[in-house]
Amino acid sequence: MNKIESKDVNFFYGASQALKNINIAIKPNTVTALIGPSGCGKSTYLRLFNRMNDLIDNTKINGQVLIDGDDIYAKGVNVDSLRKKVGMVFQKPNPFPKTIFENVAYGLRVNGISDKKLIEERVETSIKQVVLWDEVKDKLKKSAFELSGGQQQRLCIARALAIQPSILLMDEPTSALDPISTAKVEELIYELKTKYTIVIVTHNMQQAGRVSDTTAFFYMGELIEHDNTKTIFTNPKIERTQNYITGRFG
Amino acid sequence: MLSGTVTSLTVVLIVIFLFKEGLGVFDKKPVEDGYVIALNKNNPVQKLSSEQIKNIYDQKITHWSELGGKPDSIVLFRLEDISNFYSDDEIGANFEGLPNCINRLIDSLPDIIAFFPDKYLDKNFKGKQLAVDKISFKEFFGGKEWFPTAQPSAQLGVLPLILGTLWVSLGAILLALPLGLAAAVYMSEIANDRVRRIMKPLIELLAGIPSVVYGFFGLVIIVPLIQKTFNLPVGETGLAGSIVLGIMALPTIITISEDAMRNTPRAMKEASLALGASKWQTIYKVVVPYSISGISAGAILGIGRAIGETMAVLMVTGNAAVIPHSILEPVRTIPATIAAELGEAPNGGLHYKALFALGCILFLITLFINLTVEFISNRNKYNKH
Repeated sequence: MNKIESKDVNFFYGASQALKNINIAIKPNTVTALIGPSGCGKSTYLRLFNRMNDLIDNTKINGQVLIDGDDIYAKGVNVDSLRKKVGMVFQKPNPFPKTIFENVAYGLRVNGISDKKLIEERVETSIKQVVLWDEVKDKLKKSAFELSGGQQQRLCIARALAIQPSILLMDEPTSALDPISTAKVEELIYELKTKYTIVIVTHNMQQAGRVSDTTAFFYMGELIEHDNTKTIFTNPKIERTQNYITGRFG
Repeated sequence: MLSGTVTSLTVVLIVIFLFKEGLGVFDKKPVEDGYVIALNKNNPVQKLSSEQIKNIYDQKITHWSELGGKPDSIVLFRLEDISNFYSDDEIGANFEGLPNCINRLIDSLPDIIAFFPDKYLDKNFKGKQLAVDKISFKEFFGGKEWFPTAQPSAQLGVLPLILGTLWVSLGAILLALPLGLAAAVYMSEIANDRVRRIMKPLIELLAGIPSVVYGFFGLVIIVPLIQKTFNLPVGETGLAGSIVLGIMALPTIITISEDAMRNTPRAMKEASLALGASKWQTIYKVVVPYSISGISAGAILGIGRAIGETMAVLMVTGNAAVIPHSILEPVRTIPATIAAELGEAPNGGLHYKALFALGCILFLITLFINLTVEFISNRNKYNKH
């Protein structure tokens, strides 16, 4: 069964249509990269999966977005528990103005977990998952702002993992990071694949090539092509994809 | 640069002027200049405090023994009582015999205390003039009675006024802060754009209404309401003052906190929501902590307005200068006292200086509050960046 499936999704900001008839199916435990020039709708599309676009006034969606077979835009869906299942990492590291420990514990606390031992355990596991434990284990009580940008981003990934989602959305997670931090995050994505279904938006073609199993190319609000990453990069069926990937436009 | 210097200089000058006049009160005696208090020369009492003098003339102290003297009852004498003792002929048409009469009277009555203008002091006065202490700090700050025009000795206890001010302001902030915060949260996080566009100018308009109008509103609506609800003899109470001030502080608290909350980075809110936090958890755990210094600034400006507000309070609090025991009693605040009494206080006199001293106290209270908040918000900045 597909983990994520979108059927004829149209999305509007006011009167302007940002997404046109998008149909995608994503298998569990895969990494899917969304690529395309700026303004093509890839970030908007990503934010549909945890209903983050609900926060923007005057938007409208039609069509269906299914996660584990359930339409997440159906009436009566609990958005808070949906977001617990679908974690998200943002473009810029955005830790809370709290301690490193509290940043990771935040998601657990707001979801009603108060058992101190369980929280400590989960925080440690999550930080270890993002290979940050050795760097921060002695300063868990310090402000998260004392970390470097790359460390902050890994902390934000740990924060998302702590509530044990099954899907992880990443919106250009390395665009604000240096090459070494980027490499670390990419390595991490590769490892996380075994447990999570990952959808990543990226501007970086090489990155898409390195980390993803399938790649979807968006252009002007339309899905042009979605296929195995290898196929997309070596033998795309559509010429426009070829042009974008080879850098002839975009 | 220039405007900054001019502004700071003006502020410093005002403060210096205020304190110069205000501290002058401690150089004054509670007995008005030009008057004397005299006793019989055989009376062992040497000194009386202004409170004791007042109690004697209010006949709360009736025997010299209570003041360390003989066990005889005190005979009070004021100038207008002179005709009880001497005929008009003896006093003379132009009071030329008056000093002599007073002199003889004081000499003949061992238990007398006399209060009269010093121009009627006889040249060979046989009685003894009572030494009166200058106003002391203790008397001024610890005194429980405010009667600046009392004869023969003014009572300048500011305690009831300070307590009245704090009482009313505290009540105001207790009412305004929760309400204002709730309104700010609603406006910044919950209301949609259209509602906000209507509400914001309305609330800001509330800040522009003259305080007399608030006072009038309080007098006509709130005072009778309180009187009826609590079945009181009068509705002019500390509570009425608190409610009116609370309403007046609301726009400040709402607009400043709302601005601060709207400045919470979108990324913070999204991060919280993306972790499955509900809207309310996000407000409570992210938005409010993030904007706490803005919120405290709003609260302080609100308190500042409440403490310094004059007209509206003057109209609705009943202005009884007694230490309040509940919010349902009339109270009098410092600004209301200054506004009501400065017009009738003779320039440079004791009463005048006492009112300036009240101004100094008010200034120190607001200064203290401002510093406290500065301290608190500075401490919060550490976890924020």
